[in-house]
Amino acid sequence: MTERFSDVATVRSALADVDYLADDGIAGVVFLAERLGKPVLVEGPAGTGKTQLAKSVAEIAGARLIRLQCYEGLDESKALYEWNYKKQLLRIQAERNHDESWEDLEDDIFSDEFLLTRPLLEAIRADEPIVLLIDEVDRVEIETEALLLEILSDYQVSIPELGTIEAKQIPMVFLTSNNTRELSEALKRRCLYLHVDYPDLEREKQIVTTKVPEISDNLADQIARVVRSIRQLELKKHPSVSETLDWAHTLLLLGIDKIDEEVATDTINILLKYQSDIKRAVKEFSSGDTFDS
Amino acid sequence: MSDTALPQIEPSPMLELLAGFIVELREAGLPVSLTENLDAVEAVTHIPIEDRSAFKYALGATLVKNHTHWQAFETVFEVYFSLRGSQYAMEGEAGEAGEFEFDEEGSDQAGAGQGEGQGQGQGGGSGMSPEELAQMLYQALQRGDQGMMKALARQAVRRYAGMEPGRPVGGTYYLYRTLRNLDLDSVMERLMDSARQDAIDNDEDLSSLDERLQQDEIKARIEQLKKEIEAEIRRMLVADRGVEAMARTLRKPLPEDVDFMHATREEMAKLRTAIYPLTRKLAAKLARKRKYGRRGALDFRKMVRASLSYGGVPADPKFRIPRPHKPEIFVIADISGSVAAFARFTLHLVYAISNQFSKVRAFVFIDGLDEVTDYFDNVDDIAEAIHRVNTEADVVWVDGHSDYGHAFGVFWEKYGKDVGPKTTVLILGDARNNYHASQSWIIKEIQDKARSVFWLNPEPQNYWDTGDSIVGEYGDHCDGVYEVRNLRHLETFVEKLV
Repeated sequence: MTERFSDVATVRSALADVDYLADDGIAGVVFLAERLGKPVLVEGPAGTGKTQLAKSVAEIAGARLIRLQCYEGLDESKALYEWNYKKQLLRIQAERNHDESWEDLEDDIFSDEFLLTRPLLEAIRADEPIVLLIDEVDRVEIETEALLLEILSDYQVSIPELGTIEAKQIPMVFLTSNNTRELSEALKRRCLYLHVDYPDLEREKQIVTTKVPEISDNLADQIARVVRSIRQLELKKHPSVSETLDWAHTLLLLGIDKIDEEVATDTINILLKYQSDIKRAVKEFSSGDTFDS
Repeated sequence: MSDTALPQIEPSPMLELLAGFIVELREAGLPVSLTENLDAVEAVTHIPIEDRSAFKYALGATLVKNHTHWQAFETVFEVYFSLRGSQYAMEGEAGEAGEFEFDEEGSDQAGAGQGEGQGQGQGGGSGMSPEELAQMLYQALQRGDQGMMKALARQAVRRYAGMEPGRPVGGTYYLYRTLRNLDLDSVMERLMDSARQDAIDNDEDLSSLDERLQQDEIKARIEQLKKEIEAEIRRMLVADRGVEAMARTLRKPLPEDVDFMHATREEMAKLRTAIYPLTRKLAAKLARKRKYGRRGALDFRKMVRASLSYGGVPADPKFRIPRPHKPEIFVIADISGSVAAFARFTLHLVYAISNQFSKVRAFVFIDGLDEVTDYFDNVDDIAEAIHRVNTEADVVWVDGHSDYGHAFGVFWEKYGKDVGPKTTVLILGDARNNYHASQSWIIKEIQDKARSVFWLNPEPQNYWDTGDSIVGEYGDHCDGVYEVRNLRHLETFVEKLV
């Protein structure tokens, strides 16, 4: 496989070109994944850009993104492949009047023509470069997880009737997880692990200015600082990066150039989604005497 | 660890270094498998060790597959790679490699009290008085100048920590000494004052929001400085004592192995955050088990009936759908000082999966006993309810020292009639009864009426029945007495309970 990136810094700047601001960890793991040809398991709180990472990598690599959204009850026929059995039936019916031997017919109906490819198989069979995104892998049952193992470690799919289909090129694979359950050891072992956390102050500010270019530097700075302070409180759900961006957009639309308490209190429902969290944050920020605590 | 040596890779210093590192990780309790080990070996061939942060992340991505282990990994990494001979010196530090040694100068300075002015003219080429150092530190913090902070942290450690080679004290001691001399609290006050002054100068009003933000910013910078100081102390200690010894002293238990009874405040906070995903995972696991694990014994009657449609051939076996019993849970928890934390975590976990039980009732006691079930009704924040339990419940009868006998007496008198054959009773406590009467007949009575009685003891097993602990006496009448000292034990027990 050709090496797309020469070093970590290249990855980082390439990602920055498509408006994804990676930190050292993210860029490093993407670089390694490409070099080692290993899947990346991305974990972290919701709304920190896990899915976006896969999309951005696809963009810089000029690859097609194939996405498999996981859900409870996902099975082989939805993830890997399925025989188009209606078409197979038709074929058998059409053959009834001819004298074709059973063997020929069998060979015929279990051929490529009757195979419906699903995302995983599609990623394996594609000729062009592929980024495969397996989203929210923690939602499938632990038994279904095993389905992914073959493709993740050997980049191949075994179909009993056809044999083993090997990848024409090694796709870059990203698995995302919100960590609602512990993934199996077998899966983890096959992947590089990347934990994406909330960005630090500087990076968050950069993200805001990149994604909302019309915003003033001063306001972006204030936004990032308010969000950081909120994240330090003990809340049920901390504001995610996407919520920060929503907030930035809102403030911009409202024509606000400086955040004061009133503005913060009025618009905080964009950052926080639980009533108890909102109450708590408002209380924390409106009473000046918390300073000494 | 010679198994890391693949045929095509010649044993190299790098490989040995990695092997040692991985042994250290395993010692720290991180599960590193052989494949992961091989991945790491391959990964470092692509990442130059000089790029320290990339190198760290490369190792992290291949070796650490659980975010809660990251901190342990980081500590081991810092210790292990901080000082691996000059050929591994990291960029930016290479030129200063000599400085790590404990030169005469350094220890002289340390000997001279807290370096009161005496350090002047000696301190590794920079002749600053303590006042100057404080002033520079203040300015660096005000500007948020990272490089300056790093240099000053180094200075401060050299000057104030008073490190002596070979002295067997931990890093925290030096950290404490350094921080005491820097007096960061008053630095913070000064920074805030100056921020306020600035606002007045610019004719602005510093609103409470601004103030809060300013304060958080300064706190973050001071945190940063503390980290630098800690790192510097660690570096010097490693230089003094060697990597292995340091790694051993710095080893901290993983969050799930932290002992409830001896957790520091910091560890407590970590435990609190660790329990959320744990309960969520446990609930998901149990729900799944209930959903899929349903296949009971053969239902003969049903099968014969079904066979009629096949002309009497029992072609389609029918099974009974098992109806897993949902036990009623009574939690009786000691919430006196030492075991309060344990009770809190157990209550938290039990309530988080309360949909697995038909009913959960909670009682807390010290020497009196009170029912706290109401606190948990219709609240979505379990932590909040538990906080109320600890502050509002009426559990003191005489003196606020544990009296299991009396508490059980009250329970039996008031609630004993509610205990029935469906009830599972969990008793949480160390059974340190302050030499009061044990009243263990009550436990026997409860056991006779209830489905089962379990005792969870947060003390290590070899402390049981020593001093005023009478867990053995109660244990005779329980269906099981378990040592539950950390989250891992607790999780196993709760899973078994359901």
